[in-house]
Amino acid sequence: MTGQPHAGRPSQLLRNLNAKIASIPMILTAVVIFLGGTIWTVVYSFTNSKLLPRAKFVGFDQYERLWAAPRWIVSIENLAIYGLFTLVFSLVIGFVLAALMDQKIRFENTFRTIFLYPFALSFIVTGLVWQWILNPEFGVQSVVRALGWESFAFDPLYNSKIVIYGVLIAGLWQGTGLVMCLLLAGLRGIDEDIWKAARVDGIPMWRTYLFIVIPMMRPVFITTLVIIASGIVKVYDLVVAQTSGGPGISSEVPAKYVYDYMFLAQNLGQGFAASTMMLVTVAIIIVPWAYLEFGGRKRA
Amino acid sequence: MQHSVSIRDLSLSFGSVSVLKDLNLDIGEGEFLVLLGSSGCGKSTLLNCIAGLLEPTGGQIFIRDRNVTWEEPKDRGIGMVFQSYALYPQMTVEKNLSFGLKVAGMAKAEIDKRVARAAEILQIGPLLKRKPSALSGGQRQRVAIGRALVRDVDVFLFDEPLSNLDAKLRSELRVEIKRLHQSLKNTMIYVTHDQIEALTLADRIAIMKSGVIQQLADPNTIYNMPRNMFVAGFIGSPSMNFLHGEIVERGGRPAFATNGVDFSLDGYAAGEALQPGRKVVLGVRPEHVKVDEDGAEEAHRATVDIEEPMGADNLLWLKHAGHSMSVRVGGARRFAPGTAVRLSFDMGLASLFDAGTEERI
Amino acid sequence: MPDPVVLKSGAEPWGAKPRRALSRRNIVLYGTLLVAALYYLLPLYVMIVTSLKGMPEIRLGNIFSPPVEITFEPWAKAWATACTGLNCDGLSRGFWNSVRITVPSTLISILVASVNGYALANWRFKGAEVFFTILIVGAFIPYQVMIYPIVIVLREMGIYGTLTGLVIVHTIFGMPILTLLFRNYFASLPEELFKAARIDGAGFWQIYGRIMLPMSMPIFVVAMILQITGIWNDFLFGVVFTRPDTYPMTVQLNNIVNSVQGVKEYNVNMAATLLTGAVPLIVYFVSGRLFVRGIAAGAVKG
Repeated sequence: MTGQPHAGRPSQLLRNLNAKIASIPMILTAVVIFLGGTIWTVVYSFTNSKLLPRAKFVGFDQYERLWAAPRWIVSIENLAIYGLFTLVFSLVIGFVLAALMDQKIRFENTFRTIFLYPFALSFIVTGLVWQWILNPEFGVQSVVRALGWESFAFDPLYNSKIVIYGVLIAGLWQGTGLVMCLLLAGLRGIDEDIWKAARVDGIPMWRTYLFIVIPMMRPVFITTLVIIASGIVKVYDLVVAQTSGGPGISSEVPAKYVYDYMFLAQNLGQGFAASTMMLVTVAIIIVPWAYLEFGGRKRA
Repeated sequence: MQHSVSIRDLSLSFGSVSVLKDLNLDIGEGEFLVLLGSSGCGKSTLLNCIAGLLEPTGGQIFIRDRNVTWEEPKDRGIGMVFQSYALYPQMTVEKNLSFGLKVAGMAKAEIDKRVARAAEILQIGPLLKRKPSALSGGQRQRVAIGRALVRDVDVFLFDEPLSNLDAKLRSELRVEIKRLHQSLKNTMIYVTHDQIEALTLADRIAIMKSGVIQQLADPNTIYNMPRNMFVAGFIGSPSMNFLHGEIVERGGRPAFATNGVDFSLDGYAAGEALQPGRKVVLGVRPEHVKVDEDGAEEAHRATVDIEEPMGADNLLWLKHAGHSMSVRVGGARRFAPGTAVRLSFDMGLASLFDAGTEERI
Repeated sequence: MPDPVVLKSGAEPWGAKPRRALSRRNIVLYGTLLVAALYYLLPLYVMIVTSLKGMPEIRLGNIFSPPVEITFEPWAKAWATACTGLNCDGLSRGFWNSVRITVPSTLISILVASVNGYALANWRFKGAEVFFTILIVGAFIPYQVMIYPIVIVLREMGIYGTLTGLVIVHTIFGMPILTLLFRNYFASLPEELFKAARIDGAGFWQIYGRIMLPMSMPIFVVAMILQITGIWNDFLFGVVFTRPDTYPMTVQLNNIVNSVQGVKEYNVNMAATLLTGAVPLIVYFVSGRLFVRGIAAGAVKG
């Protein structure tokens, strides 16, 4: 019924030579850098490389040291808090904004431009401007105190207990516009007739969103989730710019740990082990997703 | 007579674009009305206005003599079936049917009763536990009809419900919709661009163009007595033949003359409107053109140009006095290209239009 | 004969249901949007007003108040004389470094990825999908995992620390998203076009240059927007793969603002921050819809 499987697929080596030449950069990148580089790093995470990589294997030593390091534990805790809140808030805020934008409003383009512009800015710029706004001497805290609320205290960047929430505020400011845009595109992809049918059925708007539209947007939500999540694991520049990991080590994150050990502390093995842990974290996120995507494609 | 749906002076414009213009329409209790027209004629817009999904700019809508112009769709006593089915994809068929009722706070027993009844009427009982993605196009459309059915409403609105189906399924479901109407006797308003659907289903057809109803009549009248050239040309396939000419007098009786050839107008009911000299257009459907193989005088002789055998009948393309003309004859009558035939028209079934206004005379 | 209902139509609902502009729904809707918009605009506003104030005014006033006396001194200082701890020639050096990095990186990465995406979409060969899958999965691997092997490779090639090396790095890491973008775009073009060109005897490069390229200008613009903003905003690769004299603007900005020496000059810092953000912001505001399309195309289909 569906035609001959081998039709239209020439197998001559020479006929596709140009395509193969054009794909050399991709093949090199995929195999040498992505695959080879990853394997190399994982392998060398089992060595005691210091200033230069040395193939002297020491088993799980680096990992034991890593998980015994308070700085790494703080980094992981911060990543967990930052990640969880970023996921929840950016999805909720992003969806609410997208739903509001989908109400056939006036000035839609203006609002979208405003919500999305932070995404065009680098994390360095984002971190520095929020460092300034959250500056307790001149920023929000002092402004609120000047309004008469003398005891008001909000100095996340100088308070190790809440510093990661200061980073979170900046991160959300930068990234929710993107989430809003992705979800808005998803909302616009919903068949207009579904909305009409729900109105004829007398289903209130919030129930239509909750029980019909959001379930229909599952693929969009999953994709968005994966994008947010892989961004969270990479978070680095934002912390460098906003807090430099401080006060003390209270806003350290894994990516910064890796960089510092590889390039500043000259303890490569430790950096490799930490980056391998980052890889594991990402794998935990994307393997189930890839499995779902891949499984879905096979069925189709 | 009580009208099921009445539309008074309805108009709708988006900015400066006027989609509906002072439209009036009365639909009787239990009537099957088809809104027919090509895309962009305003037929779907009108249906959406009736449903309450679009707000008119002016005018009123009455359903069962109740002014519903400002009412929400759910309060209008209507059910609607959409072209894309618009089933809720994450819910089972049963949930699709019952969701609206549940939201309205109906008792569980009553919901079950209605779902069971709809499932019985539409023969979708075995599908109730499935999700829409596991259904065929025809089954989905049946569920969509079921969702309107459980609402137990007076008026059903169909927005091109069969357009997404293949030809075979379309004709099957067409029959089912007709059967449904015969057994339920609800008022149905049905939007389509397919004239076969319109002719087969409708009690009355409203043919629309540019937001204006061109003619509102039963299918037979629409087909045989089109009110203007647009309606005449829109309905029928292949289209009606149009011959431009004028009225002349031959032997004291009016006749139609084109390119120097006369055709007697005996049998055409028009009376004194047929003054000689009036510029007119004669419209004849392909099956109302008669061809005979016995010889004819020069003037009424036509040549067969192309023959298209279609099984049940045979379509001929003739050349006559500079015109090209289509003729439908029985499937058994075959004509080789180049054959000369004698041409005449069944004037009792032909239409004459004023050449200026394009209105029927 | 008029219908009875029509006679009393004067008091009846007619036309569109009247709505007050200030309905509760609209107040909630636009109110929420406005509050959100203010939150998003606030940092930009603070950056601008701070950069236009003198330091005495900053110490006295609050960060939200508009400048009493507008001065462009901080801008001039940020551009030309601000100190990073190493040198005191401002952001201008970083700006030109960033230009030297961004322009070739953008062009080369787009050229490589577009040809590649075209090969994947139209000239499928055995094994191509395997490499492509590795490439896409690789896009999710944290950069930190692959950085050191790249350092080694570049060092072996003798280009570690040079702009050439950084351009190669940007080309490598731009490849997954760009290849995906181009592959999807070329696959969406009618296949008949490609077949017709082949029947006419056009080859791989001819079809690319004469047919695909001219038809795909929008997606090239989208890719350029993605790359310019992405590369300009990069920090990690800049700090790893360049030396202090070739640092891109973001790295230099961070060094200026977070340098521990001297008195903090917040106005200069904010001017420097704005200067660094200006290029991607201008790209964003000029491109508007295409920017949105870029992230939607790159993200949702991925």
